[in-house]
Amino acid sequence: MSVEAMYQEIILDHYKAKHHSGLREPFGAEVTHVNPSCGDEVVMRVALDGDRITDVSYSGVGCSISQASTSVMTDLVIGKTVPEALSLLADFTEMMHSQGRYEPDEERLEDAVAFVGVSQFPARVKCALLGWSAFKDAAAQALAAEGQE
Amino acid sequence: MPDTTGYDVAAIREDFPILARQIGDVPLVYLDSANTSQKPAAVIDAIDAHYRAHNANVARAMHTLGGEATAAFEGARAKVAAFIGAAGPEEVVFTKNASEALNLAAYTLGSRLQPGDEIVISVMEHHSNIVPWQLAAERTGAVLRWFDITDDGRLDLAKAEAENLINERTKVVSITAVSNVLGTVNPVADIAAQAHAVGAVMVVDAAQAVPYAGVKVEALGADLVSFTGHKMLGPTGIGVLWGRYDLLADLPPFLGGGEMINVVKLTGSTYATPPHRFEAGTPPIAEAVGLGAAIDYLNEIGIENIALHEERITAYALTRIAAVPGLKLLGPTRPVDRSGAISFTLSTADGEEIHPHDIMQLLDSRGIAVRGGHHCARPLHERLGIVASTRASLYLYTTTAEVDALADGLVYVANFFGGKR
Repeated sequence: MSVEAMYQEIILDHYKAKHHSGLREPFGAEVTHVNPSCGDEVVMRVALDGDRITDVSYSGVGCSISQASTSVMTDLVIGKTVPEALSLLADFTEMMHSQGRYEPDEERLEDAVAFVGVSQFPARVKCALLGWSAFKDAAAQALAAEGQE
Repeated sequence: MPDTTGYDVAAIREDFPILARQIGDVPLVYLDSANTSQKPAAVIDAIDAHYRAHNANVARAMHTLGGEATAAFEGARAKVAAFIGAAGPEEVVFTKNASEALNLAAYTLGSRLQPGDEIVISVMEHHSNIVPWQLAAERTGAVLRWFDITDDGRLDLAKAEAENLINERTKVVSITAVSNVLGTVNPVADIAAQAHAVGAVMVVDAAQAVPYAGVKVEALGADLVSFTGHKMLGPTGIGVLWGRYDLLADLPPFLGGGEMINVVKLTGSTYATPPHRFEAGTPPIAEAVGLGAAIDYLNEIGIENIALHEERITAYALTRIAAVPGLKLLGPTRPVDRSGAISFTLSTADGEEIHPHDIMQLLDSRGIAVRGGHHCARPLHERLGIVASTRASLYLYTTTAEVDALADGLVYVANFFGGKR
């Protein structure tokens, strides 16, 4: 697969016009995740109502892959329950570790299917997962905080 | 650029098997030598021959092979000593890499530090010349202080003087001879003189300087100098800490184990003299042999010829790359006191900065290998107000055609992300 094909229109579109970007209130938890090899960083907030995700907001710096992947992720998880979102995360993670050998379910993963090509470039898998792993961490913390209230 | 000096870059490239490689269906354009250099066949063959014919442990094996391996290992130490102008081989300590050499320096010098003592480094240091000193400061209560840089990427000596940065509390000054990001060649000898005037020890990170500048430790005026084999055509897994012998003799051990001792008793041990005091365990023997072969190769080409080629190709690259629309050079823009590590940022026609990972990825698809990220110098990037940069680094085998391929590739990258696909 060519690199030009890896950079699908969907990815470049999300990169140029990121969905749900910016940090918003209220939120249940905020985390900062870093890719230590390049210094890319994302600050992410998750707001819950019970176990339903009412908002995911973020700010950060990163490459097109990490930024677009985070944008796509927010589209997917906002409005869903935490278990539903974690199930999508499991699918996405499996796809990213497939080295291109994965038939993504477009019904479930929507725009995230565009990242299947990225999985053929091992150095970039970490970029694609940065926002997702921040979400997982923030959602777990927000859920714990929700439980204490 | 016709070469009138007799420096035959095409012939040199023939000595490096990997430079004939294709990446996909295009030839490799390797512009990442500041990260690690490629290896000539002479180095690869020397390591191969060592394992095929001479392999044994050093010093403790008394048989014929042990003698050959020891002679080869100690012979490599002598080659390193001669290459850097050391007073003798006993001033050359083999380590795993430059990072370990700097850790050795920071740990052993740290044993002399007290709360309130000051360590001076600079904002342009590689993490390997920052973190060991942070650890030493944490252990001892010493204070870490920093040289800042000027807008054109040089050490801000005026600000340092105004701040009285190097003063009577300063015990260690540790500065890079050449910035791995900016390419800046620092006035190390002047800073060493300032350090010595207040009784401080001068440490120099020469990882980027030794490969092309032919560093002579005497001229640096330093007390300890670190560098690594793999950036100077040698193998990975071997670094060097050079030290003035009287200082090395005064420093405590770093790692404990075999061959660094004199006598071991249950009640305590006495330690070997330098350099073996600092070489616990079986050392990187084949790697030392490879490094010795690399030094032979560098001497054959002539380090002054390599320096001249580097200067000329850097001048060409600075002009050629700076002309790419949307490109901003970091560090000195003129090829004066400047190495062939050239870092930059690149923006699209509409002013959007393109992330170095994206630049690197698209260049890679054209066979061009550069590095994108913070190059293990995050504080420097923070000081420059950026997260990351892209770095092309040149060496003795780099051609003007490769620089052209990079410049053309960067135009392509800017257009791709600028929507002109």
